[in-house]
Amino acid sequence: MKFETPAGTNPIDQRRVIGKPTPRIDGPLKVTGTAPYAFERNDVAPGHAYGVIVGSAVAKGRIARIDTADAERAPGVIAIVTRENAGKLGKAKAHTATMLAGPMVEHYDQAVAIVVAETFEQARDAAKRVRVDYARAKGRYNLAAAKAGAPIAPGDKMKTAVGDFARAFAAAPVTVDATYTTPDQSHTMMEPHATIAAWDGDTVTLWTSNQMIAWAVRDMSETLLIPKEKIRVVSPYIGGGFGGKLWVRSDAVMAALAARAAKRPVKVALARQQVMNNTTHRPATIQRIRLGADKTGKITAIAHQTWSGDLPGGGPETAANQTQLLYAGANRLTETRLAVLDLPEANAMRAPGEAPGMMALEVAMDELAEKLGMDPVRLRVINDTQVDPEKPERPFSDRNLVRCLEEGAQRFGWSRRNPTPGTVRDGRWLVGMGMAAAFRNNMNMKSGARVGVDRKGVVTVATDMTDIGTGSYTIIAQTAAEMMGVPLDKVIVLLGDSRFPASAGSGGQWGGNSSTAGVYAACVDLRRRIAQKLGFDPDRATFADGKVSDGGRSVDLAKAAGDEGISGEDTIEFGRLNDDYAQATFGAHFVEAGVDAHTGEIRVRRMAGVYDAGRILNPVSARSQVIGGMSMGIGAALMEDAVVDPRFGYFVNHDLAEYHVPVHLDVPHQEVVFLDTLDDKTSPMKAKGVGELGLCGAAAAVANAVYNACGVRIRDYPLTLDKVLKGMARV
Amino acid sequence: MKPFTYERAASPAAAAAAVARTPGAKFVAGGTNLLDLMKLQIETPRHLVDVNRLGLDTIEPTAEGGLRVGALVRNTALAADPRVRRDYGVLSRALVSGASGQLRNKATTAGNLLQRTRCPYFYDTNQPCNKRQPGSGCAAIGGFNRNLAILGTSKDCIATHPSDMAVAMRALDATVETVMPNGQARRIAIADFHRLPGGTPWVETALVAGEMITAVTLPAPVGGTHIYRKVRDRSSYAFATISVAAVLRPTTGTARFAFGGLAHKPWRVEAAETRVDGGAKAIAAAALAGAQTTDQNAFKVPLVERTLASVLAEGAAA
Repeated sequence: MKFETPAGTNPIDQRRVIGKPTPRIDGPLKVTGTAPYAFERNDVAPGHAYGVIVGSAVAKGRIARIDTADAERAPGVIAIVTRENAGKLGKAKAHTATMLAGPMVEHYDQAVAIVVAETFEQARDAAKRVRVDYARAKGRYNLAAAKAGAPIAPGDKMKTAVGDFARAFAAAPVTVDATYTTPDQSHTMMEPHATIAAWDGDTVTLWTSNQMIAWAVRDMSETLLIPKEKIRVVSPYIGGGFGGKLWVRSDAVMAALAARAAKRPVKVALARQQVMNNTTHRPATIQRIRLGADKTGKITAIAHQTWSGDLPGGGPETAANQTQLLYAGANRLTETRLAVLDLPEANAMRAPGEAPGMMALEVAMDELAEKLGMDPVRLRVINDTQVDPEKPERPFSDRNLVRCLEEGAQRFGWSRRNPTPGTVRDGRWLVGMGMAAAFRNNMNMKSGARVGVDRKGVVTVATDMTDIGTGSYTIIAQTAAEMMGVPLDKVIVLLGDSRFPASAGSGGQWGGNSSTAGVYAACVDLRRRIAQKLGFDPDRATFADGKVSDGGRSVDLAKAAGDEGISGEDTIEFGRLNDDYAQATFGAHFVEAGVDAHTGEIRVRRMAGVYDAGRILNPVSARSQVIGGMSMGIGAALMEDAVVDPRFGYFVNHDLAEYHVPVHLDVPHQEVVFLDTLDDKTSPMKAKGVGELGLCGAAAAVANAVYNACGVRIRDYPLTLDKVLKGMARV
Repeated sequence: MKPFTYERAASPAAAAAAVARTPGAKFVAGGTNLLDLMKLQIETPRHLVDVNRLGLDTIEPTAEGGLRVGALVRNTALAADPRVRRDYGVLSRALVSGASGQLRNKATTAGNLLQRTRCPYFYDTNQPCNKRQPGSGCAAIGGFNRNLAILGTSKDCIATHPSDMAVAMRALDATVETVMPNGQARRIAIADFHRLPGGTPWVETALVAGEMITAVTLPAPVGGTHIYRKVRDRSSYAFATISVAAVLRPTTGTARFAFGGLAHKPWRVEAAETRVDGGAKAIAAAALAGAQTTDQNAFKVPLVERTLASVLAEGAAA
């Protein structure tokens, strides 16, 4: 199905199942511990051995010698794979660094070997017995130092300019010119990367934890240099990804190589430390923002320049994304520059671009509001735009930012905020309120599904879509139930297997809308087939209460399916609507934060937001996504910081004791409200992404609340107490 | 983790003798720190002597009016004991501010005293660390040391001791009771129990090989207002940037202060306690005399003073 014109009324609009708060259908499996994650699939790989990856001890250099003799003699060892005996390997186009080093080492903890043994403990012990001599090379690990001369990054819209920014900025009566920095961040998903690989002749099956099944097949094919048809990837349950599992990583590649060498299935999980340095991370950014406004607060000049680093051939953090679209202003400039760094591979992490970009832009807006003596909500309202400000002929498909801002302010009690920083006290706490807009692009991705009905009237959906904890199983079941006119308990959803039709996968908050649209398309095909089989008019036939009806005739769905059942399959493909219209999701974050007047400790006391993401397919799972994003925003604002040691070139605090993400006590009550909107330009579902929106802007709202609480403006994330104290000493 | 042998000890003296007798042996109790370190091969014991079934898990009154806390009393149990909560509030509060509920359920009194530093370089076997690999150097000096020590450091090590419990015990003048491999008992004042790194940062306590902690005794209650203020980067499951264990007795005009997060051991300068009248500034100046800071951890100096001010204000309001 091609989606090329705005959606009209369709069965999704019935909202019998869609839009209802529906607990996740995979919930019982999850809470009883019976949803099998990759590392637990002992059922599919009997007699498997264990592999442990040996990571590079240096960040850059050459492997001079690998001595495996001692490891080979260790108890239980079956095989050791290094670059020397791995056979010919390619590098997937999606990979910046190779999954197996040799002879060159590209980053710290890059895999240099895998040791396979009978037990996990034996493999881990033997892995420590592999001795590797390195010729260390000098690397570049410091973004601030590498920033000078960093070129414009490759890719679209890495440099945009409209009007005459320099002149408008120079002429503006009120200006902000500030530089913000955000640190490297690690995905720290609950489930580390894990794979069981098993070969059957020249065919390999990977039970793994991956967000994008079709990409995984492609990348394994390009790495192992075998046809895609010889690779099966299965990933039905995923314990979080946040972008860290968009591409296959060393666990999958090394498990496949190890299983080939050991002639047995091999199971590999990365240790937590390896998740931090062996895999990808969100790169640090340096962002300079200049805003110029007239005295009424109208922005006349807006510029956002951003720098990040990556290994040679890598990509940038596109932190200027939202600045191209969020606010009006006739004179505009964005630049995204990319330095070369020899840290582990920089890559996508939840809301790449907007997550760190909004951390800077929305603080700059707070600074501008203060200079104008204007309420920060009002500043954003008067700079709203209903068209792409770089391309005014391109309207937004549906944009309700102003409603989010105004309704959020009202619900939160924003009018009670004292705009003078440092004036509200509650015991030992200085208390402040801050806000920020939420903004994240809406992307759509081609997505396919197969839907069948059996003789009992049970509807089964099969698609390689993944559920990374987001609720995909449930919204897909809701979609199929709505389309086929059956209750939710008559739907079975099968996900995450490359034998199923290729889907959008989970990434960039495109999964929910795109994959359900794919299921919608498959259901349309199935409905047509059923109608035709019954001699009904496909355009008139209705599907409700387990029956297919047309005029006076009505047939049980089960009967229509017959003994052999009936199935349909289709793929939704998106046309030009995402080019002709700017599609995005919006919201407004409001935060109350306390700063300990003595110690500078920051604790978020209250958080609320109003969000506009088109049709909300399932209010409870959407809310979970948003509060997860808001919580991640607390982490980004206050604690997440993968610290680089520039002498050795690695992330030093590589475990969950030292790399902090919020604990329950850091996360206060969160109020989430969704606007009841529909966006007919996005898909037949009229929905948009919501998985990343809650993160975008949340950290800035926290930072703005901290400033309002204590009067210390910190532009270097995370906002830790030492930075607060330094500022307090100044003010 | 290296392969190791294992035995379950029959008595404290037998446990001590077994560890003394067997090369590379260690005691294991709660295992919350040791097992993590073994997995990373930071600790590589060849033999473990399990002391979990030796009893030593009761809290008994002493003849002197104090409490004798068995070595294997779990942190959760010690924090919840009504006598501890009533008479040694600073200890109870320090305990519950540490680690997580699950860890406190397993962690023991003796093990808490013996936990090892959280310096990130100690935790990465690819990097130099004099504590882990004597003579290899200290990567923390000149590296990431925001949360490391500012007092009692050496050119070989700037690690901190991560315990909260021990800081409160230092304020309470606790005594560590041990049994030596020859079966003899010994008492070590908490002040003398942990060592400064000096030129031998791998020697962390006064214990000799095989010596086993059997109990920690608390002197008779000292009264006053008990405060444990832990300053940290997140609300729970975070080691202290700094902490203050305070016992304030406004009626007598005396006070005790011990500090965590500043040194290789709980830090207490009794002379600073005579400066209460001078307020937080005077106390901090005396307690922090000789502090050596880095760009990253210099904030601990003003933070101690500010936290003391907060503690004194809380004490005055109590």
